[in-house]
Amino acid sequence: MSNDIMNLQLWQIGAAYVFIALLLVIVRKRGIGREREILIASIRMTLQLVLVGYVLVYIFESTNPLMTILAIAVMEAFAIDNIFKRTQEKLTGRLKKIIAFSMVTGTLTSIFYFLFVVIRIYPWFNPQYFIPIAGMIIGNSMTGISLGVKGIAEGMRNKRALVESSLMLGATPARASREIVNSAFDSAILPTINSMVGMGIVSLPGMMTGQILSGTSPLIATKYQIAIMLGIVGSVALSVILFVILGYRTFFNQEDQLIHLDE
Amino acid sequence: MYRFENVRFRDIINIDKLTISEHLVTSIVGPSGSGKTTFIRLLNKLISPDEGEIIYMGKPLMEWDSVELRRRVVMLPQQPAIYSGTVKDNLLKGLLYSEREPVSDDVLLKVLESVKLNKDLEDNAELLSGGEKQRLALGRVLLMEPDVLLLDEPSSALDDKTELMIIEEVVEYTRRNNKTLVMVTHSNRIAEDFSDRIIKISPDEPVQVREVSR
Repeated sequence: MSNDIMNLQLWQIGAAYVFIALLLVIVRKRGIGREREILIASIRMTLQLVLVGYVLVYIFESTNPLMTILAIAVMEAFAIDNIFKRTQEKLTGRLKKIIAFSMVTGTLTSIFYFLFVVIRIYPWFNPQYFIPIAGMIIGNSMTGISLGVKGIAEGMRNKRALVESSLMLGATPARASREIVNSAFDSAILPTINSMVGMGIVSLPGMMTGQILSGTSPLIATKYQIAIMLGIVGSVALSVILFVILGYRTFFNQEDQLIHLDE
Repeated sequence: MYRFENVRFRDIINIDKLTISEHLVTSIVGPSGSGKTTFIRLLNKLISPDEGEIIYMGKPLMEWDSVELRRRVVMLPQQPAIYSGTVKDNLLKGLLYSEREPVSDDVLLKVLESVKLNKDLEDNAELLSGGEKQRLALGRVLLMEPDVLLLDEPSSALDDKTELMIIEEVVEYTRRNNKTLVMVTHSNRIAEDFSDRIIKISPDEPVQVREVSR
């Protein structure tokens, strides 16, 4: 058995599109009316991946650390924008700034620790490690912060009377929102904790699968997977705790009053 | 104790000059929607006026630390929140939030007696009736021994007996301990019976202040 990956010929990829054709036939026959979305999604998937493939080849060949930094900056920007768009809540300017700050600070701290202390990559900007690992850490933290935003905003809306009652009893804003902040943090990190539980049994994680497909020994892939999972937990926890302990304050003004929702 | 100077809040409150005196029971009356609740929310800085100044103990409210002020000027809202937990947890909440030492069970039991709440300290507070919750919340506020007590008229969901009992208890507490009470009521009768001074507010007319001879 060779350890080299089998390259795919163009016709082989073409053959895989049979699955899309199958889906289109089902949708058409049953009159579900999703043909357009399926076509657009398949085309987008194809074009985006081809594009990112070429971009990665270009970055990997470059020896300029600025390319790696630029790639990380673009990823962070997309992730932050995604959080803004995903949230159903109306976000104030102050809250948006805190989302961006927590996202960047939380993920970069974890990425640097992971790459420089745990893996010790060389050279420090090695894009082959930097980009995929940053991608996983940023992606998971993005989901975490999205959930945190939802938790805080919903909590502040639904428990407004309770928070105000606590203020009337002389509570500081931090004390009055402690339960909301804790429950937002909890619901934001829960999916990450749960994903550790099923890992390796319910499914093989994407990175491990990828490494195995490309010829890495499953034992090495396992070590990487364990390490990255821990890195993800750390980054989600760090970015979400930063977000919640800074974010709740945006619902109060300088006079420690609850800000009215219509303002 | 309080002095209002050209105070405006949106189009609800419009008061040129007004004082509220220490050690007295002051009732705030006015038709519904006249801003009575808004008025007392200004006093503990849950909200701040758009214009003008409110002075408390010689210092403008804007210079008071809001949290510090709310530990001295405590408000019992129309529908006070009951926190999950026991009757005891709820009674101690005010002391906890205002960062003071908790008191012994004996003191708690005395407070329960004074608000005529015949419950055990370990009972689940969330299972109390509306009137019982109101009395529990009153007990919680009394434990804080505030300098000024702000009372929004107990919710109309309560029966008259409970409402009257709450007011009687608060007024008695205020007079016995030489405190200051500002209460909102829709009932002229209650205002006449219990207060030293009645302030009638309305967004369109100047405030009217009337002394009640006791």
